[in-house]
Amino acid sequence: MSAITVEAAPKPVFSTWQFVRDAFRRHPTAIVGAAVLLLMAAIAVFAPWLGTVDPEAVSPIRRLKPPSEAFWFGSDMLGRDVYSRVLYGTRVSLSIGVAVAIFSTLVGLAIGLVTGFIRWLDAIVMRIMDGLMSIPPVLLAIALMALTRASIGNVILAITLAEVPRVVRLVRSLVLTLREQPYVEAAVSAGTTLPRILIRHILPNTVAPLLVQATYVCASAMITEAILSFIGAGTPPNIPSWGNIMAEARSLFQIAAYLIYFPGIFLSLTVLAVNLLGDGMRDALDPRLARRM
Amino acid sequence: MFAYVVRRLGATVVVMAVVALVVFSLLYFTPGDPAAILAGDAATDDDIRRIREKLGLNEPFFVRFGGWIWALLHGDLGTSIFTNLPVTHLIAQRVEPTLSLTLCTLLVSVAIAVPLGVVAAARVGTWRDRAVMAFSVLGFSVPVFVLAYALISLFSIELEWLPVQGYRPLREGVWEWLRHLILPSVALGTVYIALIARITRASMLDVLSQDYIRTAQAKGLSSSAVLSGHALKNAAVPIMTIIGIGIALLIGGAIVTETVFALPGIGRLTVDAILRRDYPIIQGVILMFSAIYVIINLAVDLSYMFFDPRIRY
Repeated sequence: MSAITVEAAPKPVFSTWQFVRDAFRRHPTAIVGAAVLLLMAAIAVFAPWLGTVDPEAVSPIRRLKPPSEAFWFGSDMLGRDVYSRVLYGTRVSLSIGVAVAIFSTLVGLAIGLVTGFIRWLDAIVMRIMDGLMSIPPVLLAIALMALTRASIGNVILAITLAEVPRVVRLVRSLVLTLREQPYVEAAVSAGTTLPRILIRHILPNTVAPLLVQATYVCASAMITEAILSFIGAGTPPNIPSWGNIMAEARSLFQIAAYLIYFPGIFLSLTVLAVNLLGDGMRDALDPRLARRM
Repeated sequence: MFAYVVRRLGATVVVMAVVALVVFSLLYFTPGDPAAILAGDAATDDDIRRIREKLGLNEPFFVRFGGWIWALLHGDLGTSIFTNLPVTHLIAQRVEPTLSLTLCTLLVSVAIAVPLGVVAAARVGTWRDRAVMAFSVLGFSVPVFVLAYALISLFSIELEWLPVQGYRPLREGVWEWLRHLILPSVALGTVYIALIARITRASMLDVLSQDYIRTAQAKGLSSSAVLSGHALKNAAVPIMTIIGIGIALLIGGAIVTETVFALPGIGRLTVDAILRRDYPIIQGVILMFSAIYVIINLAVDLSYMFFDPRIRY
């Protein structure tokens, strides 16, 4: 009997560094997006320790000072420090973006899962969603904000309501494909209850596309919040959100453009980072699409 | 085909009915009493009760909704709380700037975005492709008003080429009218261009990998003939779809653009109405914009037959 030699497979060496380098080589823009987003998150968390002062502290004698060593981003028409306001504004934008992404995904997921499986409900719910989707999202959010008191909670609610129909659409289309899969049919014929089918067999397959969708929702929510605040129907004016800082600068643009530029750059950078991350995730999850989009 | 058009029209009516119901509910569930707002501060409880009676505010939900729809079908969008003028009248006064802005933006955007997308697809992987894609991601990320202020400070304040703000009606001369629309249209159009260019590229890439494209190339057609004659026409359906869907972006963006550039259009009317809580105007504007959006998308749906004779309903 001849000896069978089994060559030991080379032990895979995993190192975090290598993983990062690999990911970077494959999706460099996504990693840049993630890094910028982390930086913004850090700014949001550590805002009080980054050389800021009270963002709402008024100082009438130091009004509209251009950027200088004392006021890095200048001061606004009430003498408030724009650097501090912009840094604290990171908190508002990020939390609204993330909150809207989470809520609209969860609500959209719940509605989409159920309607995808219950025919008679599907017809009704989808007509309502079609109707809601016919109202341009910014307009719907504006209308909802005009009806309620300005507060961060209401802004989140208004933007979430405007975003939900699109998530429902996505989830429903996924469910309609998934429920024709053999393993779902097998589960049905084995007598599995509907809630169990939804949770065990359908839900896990919707996670990846939903994650991508959630990043886009997050990006568009941050822009919508800025638009709402900019036209005076968003976050309460005393809260330093990027949209509010820019809204206050509207009439001062020709003498103090920096009031628009600093929050504008922060907002654009953050949204860009989220979009890059979303594109990268989409490419990673669906390589077939990566070449095309 | 006729049956399809009828069915599609039926679906549109249902959608508009849902929109009307949503818009009406918005006002119905508004906290605060419109009668009290109308009556003013000096009104007694009796006055308010009388106004409530007169406006039919004590009727049940569906009776009021029915009355509102009936008035709507007769072209009556209600009366502005603040100015006491009919909403249709107020909207009609403001139509020209908004229509000019959106049409200008639409034309310019499509004229720029489609060639960009075609070039990116034809030269996939090259610097041209990357530049278009980079522009597209950037376009999605910079909010319209930030871009608007950047454009104003460069072209109006630094270079003094174009007016900072304002609007000139068309009857005061085409050039003056156009001059005041250039910056607003560029600001508003950027995100739209980004969207259309991206979809054009994706759709073109799909088509360019087809056999008939190789056949066309093999028989010696010039690459421009292949791109425009064979590829673009077959890639048109998704492009048309996104142009239709993107109208929603234009409408939302127009409100902001009009605010930045002080264009006296429907967007400004909306913003003023929000600040004064003039709900009938808000309702009317949403209803009108949604109707336009739905009708445009209906037209887009029907245009597929023109672009793709294979589509038979």
